[in-house]
Amino acid sequence: MTASVPTPSSDDVSVAFKGVSKHFGASGESGAFTALNNVDLNVARGSITGIIGRSGAGKSTLIRLVNGLEKPSNGKVLVDGVDVGALDEASLRNLRRSVGMIFQHFNLLSSRTVFGNVALPLEIAGMDRRAIEARVRPLLDLVGLADKHARYPAELSGGQKQRIGIARALATEPKLLLSDEATSALDPETTQSILELLKRINAELGLTVLLITHEMEVVKAVTSDVAVIDRGEIVEWGKTFDVFTHPKHETTRALLSGLPGSKLPDAVARGLKPAASAGDRAVVRLTFFGATAERPLISQLIKSVGAEVNIIAGTIDEIGGKPYGSLVVAYAADAETSARAERFFTENGLVTEVLGYVA
Amino acid sequence: MSPDLLLLIAKATFDTLRMVAIAGLIGSLIGLPIGIFLATSGRGELFPAPNINRVVGLIVNATRSTPFIILVVAIIPFTRLVTGTSIGTKAAIVPLTIATIPFFARLVEAAIRDIDKGLIEAARAMGATPTQIVFKVLLAEARPALTLALTMTIVSLIGYSAMVGAVGGGGLGDLGIRYGYQRFRPDVMLIVVVVLIVLVQLVQSAGDRLARRFDKRSRKN
Repeated sequence: MTASVPTPSSDDVSVAFKGVSKHFGASGESGAFTALNNVDLNVARGSITGIIGRSGAGKSTLIRLVNGLEKPSNGKVLVDGVDVGALDEASLRNLRRSVGMIFQHFNLLSSRTVFGNVALPLEIAGMDRRAIEARVRPLLDLVGLADKHARYPAELSGGQKQRIGIARALATEPKLLLSDEATSALDPETTQSILELLKRINAELGLTVLLITHEMEVVKAVTSDVAVIDRGEIVEWGKTFDVFTHPKHETTRALLSGLPGSKLPDAVARGLKPAASAGDRAVVRLTFFGATAERPLISQLIKSVGAEVNIIAGTIDEIGGKPYGSLVVAYAADAETSARAERFFTENGLVTEVLGYVA
Repeated sequence: MSPDLLLLIAKATFDTLRMVAIAGLIGSLIGLPIGIFLATSGRGELFPAPNINRVVGLIVNATRSTPFIILVVAIIPFTRLVTGTSIGTKAAIVPLTIATIPFFARLVEAAIRDIDKGLIEAARAMGATPTQIVFKVLLAEARPALTLALTMTIVSLIGYSAMVGAVGGGGLGDLGIRYGYQRFRPDVMLIVVVVLIVLVQLVQSAGDRLARRFDKRSRKN
């Protein structure tokens, strides 16, 4: 799977996992299990890389290896070429000050104000009061919460808390930001605004972002690269656009099927048959991207197929900044119509998948 | 009521306050670090020392399971060593302090263990040292709970301080036993009880108010 991805030179790599395994508990012991198995993965500098998997797939363990909150059982995790597992405690603390982290449940101190929370990593780094003040103010501006600096976390909404979490993670001016399910506790609208913020800081500060999530929506909205993890193994890895448009592994397909627009309406899904009988209609999914996504395909399809074409489900979207469309259509399943349709699909370079037949 | 009696009550109240204050201060100053140690020295925690943790836990439990009145008598040699006497207010401070240490330590441990582990992880991810985590995260976040723990400790101490009266310890308990009980003076007994109730009420409500002020976890302000 990884063979299709060109190996970048080490200068372009922010984080590299090299044959990383992580076992919990001694083997043979009850409760012992393998969280990660021989993971190889490169996080490109300046990218927003997503790691997606179901819960228990090992993604939390994976992200915690990057800042040494967990140690690998085998293999190496390199951050800017430095082997995290080989660092002593003091060097590890220094490394952590150059890697920001945000969390699903924000993990803000309830006893500190907004200002105090963002100031915490700077106090830990031993910065003096005045320098802290000068650093924190612009960060609160950046996340749009300057007016809330004297408030306590309990007085803020979830989205505001995560903005504080982000400001706090950026306080030490890290080169890398780790996001541990940062939007999983937020509603969809707030999720979007937090993702926009992540995108902005990635673009404006040139920060590499490594995020883990179980939501394809998140991956689709912000990442440039994605790795799919399943039972401790990376099963697919590549540019987000390629993985979304040409998913190879069944886990990827299963995760993608949850996206809106990719699901068939229940009434159609129930009536779907694997083979056609006389008078049936074929249900076909068309996937198109790049230039094809911008052409008036439907009208052309109707013209060239010359029969009624129903649109059953569809979505047009952007993945990694590229237009992408998925359309499920139905047309008469007789040999003549099918042949015309297939010719049209081939001529236009459309990826098609026959989902089944309906009466 | 005679002025003499009033003077006795005033003196006894002062003695009780003095015993509680000194034992409370020394006891919680020693109990606090022990409580922090108990809460942070388990396997895989900030200062992992599971064996010492177990030994300290055992000593704490042993002290706590000894009935206070037995403790007072049992440590008389030690009390005499420290204060030169085994009777009176000064001598009573020793067993009171000894009883306070494990009591407060366990409450401190519970208060710290109650803090969300995510905060410790966040602080570690920031590059905090274990000591920084204790002072900047654990103690700061546990402040409301620690205030309540101290309040509870002082209230218990007031009760214990009355108990040392039974073995010649001085203070309100001593007054109640010698005058109220042995000299059949129900009025004195009543006053002793009322003063104790008032003391406990004052301590409790002051502690509650302080803890509420420290607690920023709800949206009230």
